[in-house]
Amino acid sequence: MLTMPDPDRKIIARRDGIVDALAAILPADSLVWHETEMRVFQSDGLSAYRQMPLVVVLPKTVDQVTKVLKYCHQEGIAVVPRGAGTSLSGGALPLADAVLLVMSKFNQILEIDYDNRCVVTQPGVTNLAISNAVEERGFYYAPDPSSQIACTIGGNVAENSGGVHCLKYGLTTNNVLGIEVAMINGDVIRLGGKHLDAEGYDFLGLMVGSEGLLGVVTEVTVRILTRPDAARALLIGFASTAGAANCVGAIIAAGIIPAGMEMMDRPAIHAAEAFVSAGYPLDVEALLIVELDGPEAEVDALVDRVGDIAGACGAGQVRASQSDEERALFWAGRKAAFPAVGRISPDYYCMDGTIPRGQLTHVLEKMSEMSKQYGLGLANVFHAGDGNLHPLILYDANKPGELEKAEKFGAEILRLCVQVGGVLTGEHGVGVEKRDLMPEMFNEVELKQQQRVKCVFDARSLLNPGKMFPRLHRCAELGRMHIHRGQVPFPDIPRF
Amino acid sequence: MATTLKPRDEADTARVVGWAAAERKSLEVVAGGTKRSVGRPMQAENVLNMSGLAGIRLYEPGELVLTAGAGTPLADIEAALAENEQQLAFEPPELGGFLGTGRRSPTLGGAVAANLSGPRRMSAGAARDHVLGLRAVTGRGETLRVGGRVMKNVTGYDLCKLLAGSWGTLAVLTEVTVKVMPRAESEATLFVAGLSADEAVRAMSAGLSSSAGVSGAAHVPQTLAARSGVQTLAAAGRSVTALRIEGFRAAFRERREVLARGLKSFGAVETLDSRTSARLWREIRDVSLFPGGASNVVWRLSTVPGRAPDAVRNVSVGEDVDALYDWGGGLVWLAQPSHGDGGAEAIRAVLERIGGHATLVRAEPATRSAVKVFEPQPEALAALTRRLKAAFDPHAILNPGRMYAGV
Repeated sequence: MLTMPDPDRKIIARRDGIVDALAAILPADSLVWHETEMRVFQSDGLSAYRQMPLVVVLPKTVDQVTKVLKYCHQEGIAVVPRGAGTSLSGGALPLADAVLLVMSKFNQILEIDYDNRCVVTQPGVTNLAISNAVEERGFYYAPDPSSQIACTIGGNVAENSGGVHCLKYGLTTNNVLGIEVAMINGDVIRLGGKHLDAEGYDFLGLMVGSEGLLGVVTEVTVRILTRPDAARALLIGFASTAGAANCVGAIIAAGIIPAGMEMMDRPAIHAAEAFVSAGYPLDVEALLIVELDGPEAEVDALVDRVGDIAGACGAGQVRASQSDEERALFWAGRKAAFPAVGRISPDYYCMDGTIPRGQLTHVLEKMSEMSKQYGLGLANVFHAGDGNLHPLILYDANKPGELEKAEKFGAEILRLCVQVGGVLTGEHGVGVEKRDLMPEMFNEVELKQQQRVKCVFDARSLLNPGKMFPRLHRCAELGRMHIHRGQVPFPDIPRF
Repeated sequence: MATTLKPRDEADTARVVGWAAAERKSLEVVAGGTKRSVGRPMQAENVLNMSGLAGIRLYEPGELVLTAGAGTPLADIEAALAENEQQLAFEPPELGGFLGTGRRSPTLGGAVAANLSGPRRMSAGAARDHVLGLRAVTGRGETLRVGGRVMKNVTGYDLCKLLAGSWGTLAVLTEVTVKVMPRAESEATLFVAGLSADEAVRAMSAGLSSSAGVSGAAHVPQTLAARSGVQTLAAAGRSVTALRIEGFRAAFRERREVLARGLKSFGAVETLDSRTSARLWREIRDVSLFPGGASNVVWRLSTVPGRAPDAVRNVSVGEDVDALYDWGGGLVWLAQPSHGDGGAEAIRAVLERIGGHATLVRAEPATRSAVKVFEPQPEALAALTRRLKAAFDPHAILNPGRMYAGV
């Protein structure tokens, strides 16, 4: 199990005074401090980890947010920001000595601007609510994480959330035009807006995916896209995962970027089919779902082309959706893959590494070896187009030692991802979950440079401490530079 | 006379920067040199020429990924990609002609350091959106790897975004890994002649909101259209509002019809075939329709598309102004008389009101010294900028003062 930084006993001892001070800033219904009421906030989507916060605040205005931050900054109290709490990496895990700042009352869409194809919204609005709000005019917001009915756009910004349509339409970072951010000292800055590109350093790009360590997002402007005229999906079954992996490469090499391209392995296919009866073939080792969108005639032509490519790659079965209902059914199994696996195992642990796609067969083989070695089952769903793996490790938390075993197994998978040229997390974030694995991917120089960026925003490390970085350095120490003077400067380097 | 140092590899680069940091010697970082005249004039003691770090190191067409030395000419990369019917979807421009800095090919590192993009910015993003990973040497002389070579990566802060568009003031890029994309099978441009800027922005908005998949939307005033190498446009004697579509051969006609229907209420819709279409968008991408000469300065405004004509009207007298609208109006290249502040105060006052920012991209050094080239920042943001610079380059040796005084 991961350990969190030792809570500051002095802060905890001051709790009554802190609650009083926050009560002076906030309306009564924006402050939660009774233990029973705080209980719902003690965990996020990484439910193996639980911690009661010091106190919970749910401000309604930017002014209240900045007053809370300013107070905490002055008093040296840590702050953990939270949206809907769907993080799978423990990004919103409370700390015993920290104020949990919940942004769910920021739930209004502020402006829909069809002329400039963007929406200005408060951060507590859900991802799906944005698409729903612009649906009548044929628009939508592209990034669609599986939790989109619950997760908030502010949380999406903090985590740089993805979804099944990233390869073609990008992640959150490619679809956010502007944000307003409250800094730990109470300053409010606006980055971007309805226009494109930063005027100086790309702080917007930095803030997206910074996991609540740099600031609290108080407003978001996203671009919206016109929904394509048509979309169809293909279900393609393969006798081997290698065959499916080759097919993915062949489709892309043919110049086709599908709107979505997902792979499932045998255990995931069986679990999903048993759960939603999507009509998946059960006699295959790997299943691809490939979705194509665009003008109707183009989609029809591409469906045929992808079918031909699949055939040439040795696909056993190819089925193309003939209606939107059928397409939705094809997806239903994939989208329900996590809960479906939840039915066949008491608990599961979802991993999120990304690998160069050419390494897929190798990584799947290795993972299957590890599965035997640990004695824990494994089901794989995979954003095949962009190399993002979601191995689901099956375990039973009630059996002593199984959670620890599952975590070890997971860590070994992520190390393997890094070894083959991939990364620890594709879309779920580092949070607490992958914090201690960061040195697998980054050396000391690189980790220190990332922490220097943290110091630019939050020199006292009060925002979401204990997340992302395995070891905290003091900012003053990071600022020092050790230099060696007096050496003869490189006579061998060409000069003019 | 500044000494030019030309490292052969990343280790050389780290030694030079480490020495410069120790000795507090400033470095001007260049490679192709096509954008050397952008920014505040610098008096760097040495020039660090990165063009020796050239060459494609990895290219996997089936994985859409390419890695090259930062000093690799874009022309080399585009040629390699073309062999596999692929491209850099962000369409990095070649600004050497427009800026008067020569016709050499810009480098991949330069395109990333300036976060450039072309007409496809709206649909495909800028350089920042295509960078998967970078290697760089910070002003501390330390070598950093940021990002990776995979499409999806949220491990740690997205420092790729920070270094993209930092104009060489935070770190010296040594290697760049980008996402590459298939090149469309078919391309065409539909245009309407004679629209005012206001009508043009409405027409472009209609096209961009259609399901035709518009990948370029620009309005070229009559004065600039007359300079186009595309005969139909030069001869039109009127402004030209052009929208580009790209797609598969199958059903390309369908795309064209969807767009034509969306535009027909604005006037007669004419078509450019793929060859002339490519020529026009290259002219727009490279800003090559603007006349040279020192009597004018040129600004690059990024603003709210629907408000762009308003911005231009507020700072210019009359309709005959050289203002080229790209990105459906979101990007305006605007010429202003070079005397005084080159229009800085007026432009920034109007952008303050309607949103956006302006960069003085082409002007004589004296003007670039006197006028704030990059958009001035509110104090809270300026403080972040200064602290970020110090975090990467504590002795301010890399392109000092290029973006802001003291940064």
